[in-house]
Amino acid sequence: MRNIILFIRIYFTFIFFLFLMGLSFYMIFSYNRYHHAVYSAFASEITGSISNQYNKIEYYFQLKKTNDSLVKANELLYNKLKQDYEMPDTVNKIAIDTIQIDSTLQKRKYLYMQAKVVHNSVNLINNYIELHRGSRQGVNTDMGVIDINNAVAGTVIDVSKNYSVVMSLLHEQSNVSARLKKDGQTGTVIYNSKTPGILYMKDISKFAKISSGDTVITSGFSDKFPRGLLIGYVKDIINDKNSPTYTVRLKPAANFENLQYCYIINNLQTEEPQQLLKKAQNK
Amino acid sequence: MSSLIKNIIRFCLFILVQVYVLDQIPPLHQLITPYIYFLFILWLPFKMGRRSQMLVAFILGFTLDCFNNSYGMHAASCVLIAYLRPFLINILISQEGADSNYKEPSIQSMGFTPYFTYVAILTFIHHTFLFFLEALQTGGYFYFMLKSLSSTAISLLLILLIELIFVRKQRFRTNTV
Repeated sequence: MRNIILFIRIYFTFIFFLFLMGLSFYMIFSYNRYHHAVYSAFASEITGSISNQYNKIEYYFQLKKTNDSLVKANELLYNKLKQDYEMPDTVNKIAIDTIQIDSTLQKRKYLYMQAKVVHNSVNLINNYIELHRGSRQGVNTDMGVIDINNAVAGTVIDVSKNYSVVMSLLHEQSNVSARLKKDGQTGTVIYNSKTPGILYMKDISKFAKISSGDTVITSGFSDKFPRGLLIGYVKDIINDKNSPTYTVRLKPAANFENLQYCYIINNLQTEEPQQLLKKAQNK
Repeated sequence: MSSLIKNIIRFCLFILVQVYVLDQIPPLHQLITPYIYFLFILWLPFKMGRRSQMLVAFILGFTLDCFNNSYGMHAASCVLIAYLRPFLINILISQEGADSNYKEPSIQSMGFTPYFTYVAILTFIHHTFLFFLEALQTGGYFYFMLKSLSSTAISLLLILLIELIFVRKQRFRTNTV
């Protein structure tokens, strides 16, 4: 017994070192598995408020760019207004009004919530965006996030009271179901940290006709994003002769370096399809 | 200014510079991600206990991890260099009693060559260990080796600039011990 205590006293520094190392390794492996360790909600609340203070200053330097992209988004919406379309006169015909007024909010599927970006990284191995909107303001995990020009930015993975952490598209574990706009072929968009600023779309059938510059949009298969949101533009095609599918390099549509505002997409109709799927799987 | 307050200010400054300057600049190259925040550990006083050094290093790494959402990676590499630091100082210190005559490691107290050997070795260990932990998750071991070498080079360049710009003047204390 005496010897054990003596041993511990002599090697206490080394044991302390091993203890701290073990603690770090525990954090590395547990965080990646569950994504919400106990401390991360507390920590993101603190880092969020510091980043928020810093962003108040930094935001001024990006006002011009933010304003430009807001004008662009506004232009898109103006072009969808009804008064921009001239219909032929329908007085002679019997027309049935087909507009369905959603007075009970039953038909709304996606609800957009604006959020301020307080911290954002682009050149780490796994990039995260931190938003100033949390569980108190209606954010939950697994909600989709887009930038102000309708381009996909990421998925919410962690929520604290007033802040939420978003796994950016530039994250090794990011995985978005996508579709080529022109051809209609579907695939999956992933990210590889060895080529920063470039996304990969894999599993595209070899029947697809792809040319560089093609638009890639969300497929609408996942319940996070509605169909038709921008993801990126085709840069070039990696034609691997051994693989039965194409892999395509994409330039992301969202400007991750200048991200000041985001929209969080809340899907209000997730429960019913999920229950149906569960029922079908149990059969 | 007392050593404690000076180190607290340093801690905050290094974390802020790392998070809001170095991590925000657009990537120079895919192989280069410079880090300088661990210089805080290299600048800790000679006389600090080894366990408290490791604890402070752990807190430093964990703080950066909170900002980067990379829980544990920076903490592990910081604890490693804090553990190895006293051994290196013992080997490299050339002037007789420099660790009692001066407060903390610097060019002035250790001499240019020993000091930079000390910085270079610990920077290399820190980067290699950090990128090794990243490579465990992402794979690509050749890429990892190239990345740790090139990032070490750029980080060392930044550290050299910091040493030249912010000269830390230290009093020579003979009879204080």
